[in-house]
Amino acid sequence: MLKVRNLKSFYGYLQALRGVSIHVEEGEIVALIGANGAGKTTLLNSIAGIISSKKGQILFKDKDITHFPPQQIVKQGISLVPEGRQLFTPLSVMDNLILGAYQRYKRKNKDNIEADLDRVFHFFPILKERRKQLAGTLSGGEQQMLAIARALMSKPKLLLLDEPSMGLAPKVVKEIFRIILELQKEGTTIFLVEQNAKMALGIANRGYVIETGRIVIQGSSQELLGNKEIRRAYLGRGYKKVWE
Amino acid sequence: MSISSQLLQYIFTGIAIGSIYGMVALGFNIIYNATGIINLAQGEFVMLGGMIMISLTNVLKLPMVLGFFISVGIVTLIGAGFERGAIHPLKNPSVLTLIIITIAGSILFKGGAMFIWGKQTYSLPPFSSGSSVRIMGAYLSPQTLWILGIMVAVMAALVFFFNFTIIGKAMKACAVNKTAAALVGINVKLMVLFSFALSAAIGAVAGIIITPVALMDYDRGTMLAIKGFAAAVLGGLGSNIGAVIAGFIIGLIESVSAGFISSGYKDAIALLVLLLVLFLKPSGIMGSLEGKKFKK
Ligand SMILES: Nc1ncnc2c1ncn2[C@@H]1O[C@H](COP(=O)(O)OP(=O)(O)OP(=O)(O)O)[C@@H](O)[C@H]1O
Ligand SMILES: [Mg+2]
Repeated sequence: MLKVRNLKSFYGYLQALRGVSIHVEEGEIVALIGANGAGKTTLLNSIAGIISSKKGQILFKDKDITHFPPQQIVKQGISLVPEGRQLFTPLSVMDNLILGAYQRYKRKNKDNIEADLDRVFHFFPILKERRKQLAGTLSGGEQQMLAIARALMSKPKLLLLDEPSMGLAPKVVKEIFRIILELQKEGTTIFLVEQNAKMALGIANRGYVIETGRIVIQGSSQELLGNKEIRRAYLGRGYKKVWE
Repeated sequence: MSISSQLLQYIFTGIAIGSIYGMVALGFNIIYNATGIINLAQGEFVMLGGMIMISLTNVLKLPMVLGFFISVGIVTLIGAGFERGAIHPLKNPSVLTLIIITIAGSILFKGGAMFIWGKQTYSLPPFSSGSSVRIMGAYLSPQTLWILGIMVAVMAALVFFFNFTIIGKAMKACAVNKTAAALVGINVKLMVLFSFALSAAIGAVAGIIITPVALMDYDRGTMLAIKGFAAAVLGGLGSNIGAVIAGFIIGLIESVSAGFISSGYKDAIALLVLLLVLFLKPSGIMGSLEGKKFKK
């Protein structure tokens, strides 16, 4: 479904990705793990079209989307839940969700939007209670849920998640991972970036490990969880203290 | 005329001129929210609105209402064309570059206007022919009521647009967080185009309604832009309610000081008050977040 070939991304003269190749098949959950600064966010942002300075190729359903602007990529069916959530904090929960469906609003598919609101409220009942509240006044966990819900409102075929567990209590993290699994069952393909390798590989079918802009290990979740180096580097200590 | 009726008279004038400053300030806000820049050609949209209306109704003899909508339409297109021609083609321009481009635009529009209309001052008849109402010794002209009413209508339309339409919400989303806006599929550059078109339209309306009381010439834009900018900053850059309130404050101070002190000093006094407020509350009266963003 998604194929990234030899992708190189740049921040000015600084090269953050040094030829990354990955693929995600329909129906999978694929995890990408790596330490701080390894290039995980850069990879997701490059796929989503926020980083435009890049070489290589990104194919989605065999279509070359490498140089599409972000709004075109959303239209193709890819939605990113960005690092740090990036909500519209002074707007209400409801407005955030409606803006999530912006592409379809524009195409006058308004009727389906009600159904999709019901769907995300089914996943995140708390958001229904909070729908009139300003997004910035939600708790961290609720904000993460809203960020995911907003991305779902565009009805993505492929959902990109950038560290959804960051800064959240274990109980909330569990809840979010449970929902990710449920989304997979409903047919959404998921590419999940995490520093919390244990949890990510726990739900993923396959995984990649990225180090300083390169994919260094790949394999099924079982293989990765059994890999000595990964156990040493990403699973042994608390994930906050992980170094390459 | 007694002092109190004189004061009332100045207040009426202040309300009329303050409505215009408020509308110019709204124009500044809309573009500022979408792009982070101050569009220094904003005053020229006001001038063009007045001048085009004059040509359409005085020369081409179009009816008022038709002339009004065509003028606003033309200026809206000019605003959109300015964005497409001068702002849009740039890749990752700095805020400073953009502001300098708007200065260039302002000079260009002014030059063009002088070329077309010359240096004469023109006038328009008031929108309705009724005579002024006398209130406690002061005269309230129907045009003042038109100005106030149209300003309120513009404000109400904006509130509706930004809170109840998807495009309005998308423009607000761009102002809040451009990355997030792009991620939900909003074409951020298109919103910038809309912001220029909308600002130009509001500017044109302001120019048309003020011309019957204040006249118009090619050079009016600059001062209107300065006062409107003062109102935008005083109200808290980005805040629309702040813009309208601050517009009234500056309009009132200006007309009262012109009446009681000297009209020669009115511009200086209005700007002095602005500086004073900015010393005491740098974020403006309604701004908190926006002011901080501006200083960054
Ligand atoms: N806007 C930027 N400008 C310049 N360099 C950047 C920028 N963003 C990231 N980088 C650099 O690119 C590299 C990869 O960063 P990236 O944010 O992709 O890492 P990450 O794997 O997501 O890390 P984290 O786990 O901390 O989120 C880092 O060396 C970082 O310093
Ligand atoms: Mg990151």
